Amino acid sequence: MPETALLSARGLAFEAGGGRPVDGVDIDVRAGASVAVMGANGAGKSLLLRLLHGLIAPAAGEVRWRGGPLDRAARRAQAMVFQRPVMLRRSVGANLRFALAARGIAGAERAARQEEAVERARLRGLAHRPARVLSAGEQQRLAVARALACAPELLLLDEPTASLDPASTQAVEALIREARESGVATVTVTHDAGQARRLADELVFLDAGRVAEAGSTAQVLDAPRSEPARAWLEGRLHVGAAR
Amino acid sequence: MSPVVHMMLFQCINFGKEILQEMDGFWQALGRAVGLIVGGDAELIGIVGLSLRVSLGAVAVACLIGLPLGAAVGAFRFPGRAAASVVLNALMGLPPVVVGLVVYLMLSAAGPFGVLGLLYTPAAMTIAQTILVAPIVAALTRQVVEDLDREYAEQFASLGVGPLRRLTALLWDARYALLTVALAGFGRAVAEVGAVMIVGGNIAHATRTMTTAIALETSKGNLELALALGVVLVAIAVAVTGAAMTLRASAARLAYA
Repeated sequence: MPETALLSARGLAFEAGGGRPVDGVDIDVRAGASVAVMGANGAGKSLLLRLLHGLIAPAAGEVRWRGGPLDRAARRAQAMVFQRPVMLRRSVGANLRFALAARGIAGAERAARQEEAVERARLRGLAHRPARVLSAGEQQRLAVARALACAPELLLLDEPTASLDPASTQAVEALIREARESGVATVTVTHDAGQARRLADELVFLDAGRVAEAGSTAQVLDAPRSEPARAWLEGRLHVGAAR
Repeated sequence: MSPVVHMMLFQCINFGKEILQEMDGFWQALGRAVGLIVGGDAELIGIVGLSLRVSLGAVAVACLIGLPLGAAVGAFRFPGRAAASVVLNALMGLPPVVVGLVVYLMLSAAGPFGVLGLLYTPAAMTIAQTILVAPIVAALTRQVVEDLDREYAEQFASLGVGPLRRLTALLWDARYALLTVALAGFGRAVAEVGAVMIVGGNIAHATRTMTTAIALETSKGNLELALALGVVLVAIAVAVTGAAMTLRASAARLAYA
């Protein structure tokens, strides 16, 4: 395990329906790194993200945070943005306050971070509006800003721009890039090779729950060594072994 | 015309006359009932007031018990959770007379709480209605909270939300749905007759509610008061349903539903 690894997974597996949709995955995320996770539908990308965040327990293998266990404190150093943003039935401001309160942030600091998040998400003037009446793009911006307000060291993003229009995608990607520039490590699950190039320096390509290929984003996308990655990039169907 | 046909025709005409006379009586009674309501009859107001106090009190206490209980069963995983859900659902159908009987036995002089002297008081009626309404509130809350928790669970886990904050957040975010749950409980309480009759005794100016008064006045043939109370009861039911629908619509409009 590299000394600088923020998060490290070894032999990670998850069992469901008698199979292993994630099977023996090794992955390292260094502090400040930006990693994209790609693969065909059903490759295990979203499950892998949930395993890394500790939302589900692995059947085998382990996830370590700075060399230690992935405990409550470690999970609090991470934040996750889901494909469909989960908005509480409250105002924009109340959604931010709730997340900050859950992370133990109170008083003037909470107010300051809320204000900063509203600015960051470009939702000034909408702080009192019910979050669920915002457009899909605005909701996802709020979800990313809410996650960043918790000051995570690692931001996990599960297809954060799926089903968003190009303008909304651009706005969400701008937030993610800002986070990267401020030193937050990111792991982004995406189906979009262009987005992987824009947001990640490293790429892990999954096939049927296993790592088919990993390396720099440019190398994997421009000169893939594995058949699953080549097939995917060339638009051919590749059916991996059933697990 | 044969004598038999003649007799049958005669009977039919008489039967028709009786029906018309009874209809006439109904409309007259209804007119007098409306007069009682419009005129603000003191006895009517007293009975309606007591009914509302007892039922609103019962719903308030039932919500204090049922909301956290239902939310806990809906949000947390624990051994026996499925059994707890089944019990809550089953208790929704508690027969009021059985509840009345049990509360009567508990509060009677020979019962464990007889020393409190609550039997035949509005407090006893509130207790009985609370027992009837609390399972309804708890069971419906469990369903509402379970559905909401399914939506929030991953986000809450990601944020590291603790159990108490999770429970209060689910209750708060389900507030509009839970208000309609409380209104459903109120509907059950205010229309209930068996339990309050047994533990209240239907004492004039003390424990006589709308439903027990309707039963009594009908048996006495005092249809005006019975009908007037019936009209008020139906009006309350309509108002409760209207309030529930309005709440649901405004919550949906604000995306808080």
